[in-house]
Amino acid sequence: MSDGGSRLLYTRGQQLHFMAGGKKDKKGMSPKSGPKPGDPEWAAGLKRLYDSVVEEPLPDAFTDLLKKLDAAD
Amino acid sequence: MNKPMPRPPLPERSADEKRAFKRELTEVVPHLRAFARGLCGRPDMADDLVQETLLKAWAAQDRFEPGTSMRAWTFVILRNAYLTDMRRNRFRGDYDETVAERVLIAPAGQEEPIHLSDMHRALLTLPPERREALLLVGAGGFSYEEAASICGCAVGTIKSRVGRARAALTVMIEEATFRTARWRIRQRTGRSSRNWTRSPRATAAR
Repeated sequence: MSDGGSRLLYTRGQQLHFMAGGKKDKKGMSPKSGPKPGDPEWAAGLKRLYDSVVEEPLPDAFTDLLKKLDAAD
Repeated sequence: MNKPMPRPPLPERSADEKRAFKRELTEVVPHLRAFARGLCGRPDMADDLVQETLLKAWAAQDRFEPGTSMRAWTFVILRNAYLTDMRRNRFRGDYDETVAERVLIAPAGQEEPIHLSDMHRALLTLPPERREALLLVGAGGFSYEEAASICGCAVGTIKSRVGRARAALTVMIEEATFRTARWRIRQRTGRSSRNWTRSPRATAAR
């Protein structure tokens, strides 16, 4: 019974956030460390929470800012 | 003869190195956003923090050692900016004990009460230094040693913070699972029992 709820967490997380993944594997940007034995069940959910933001498209404000940095140099 | 050497001036960066810096800084932005979001919760504030970080990193680019981790370097800048803002109370209300009581009480009409936003809320109930440690190690994939160097503390301190954060979240998630089960039973039996949904602490506070 104790894992019913956390399974739901994973199911929904996978539906929403299990995409991309290929492109950020370069140069240790996102070390792929799968859940280790002994990790609590929600540990994968925490990782997914982080990855879900990493995979969001970058808002224009950042692209603009990065462009401006060069000009200001 | 034993006089301390004067610090050598920072080496002039080549055009290639400057381009590499810009490219690496650009690549790390999504990670800065994820770390900031985890730290301060509110997406708009988190993005402000990342913008501030990018400007500071750009201004300090001569101090970045090519070949070292851009992610770790910028995380330190972001963390310092966050702590400064915290001291100025920009993120007041960020750590809210009462959230722990509200977290994961099954909202009406929602089929699966536990999902990522609940996970995030649970995370935000942790004291900041434990939340930060757990984010770096458990979400960002940094080693304990890297996290310790980012936070400027001993490895043992990081281990202990991560351990406490994990224990607190495990309790919160188990509690949530328990509430979900009760919520399911109530849905099935059509019984509404207010007392059931209150934790002893919340009831006592009334």
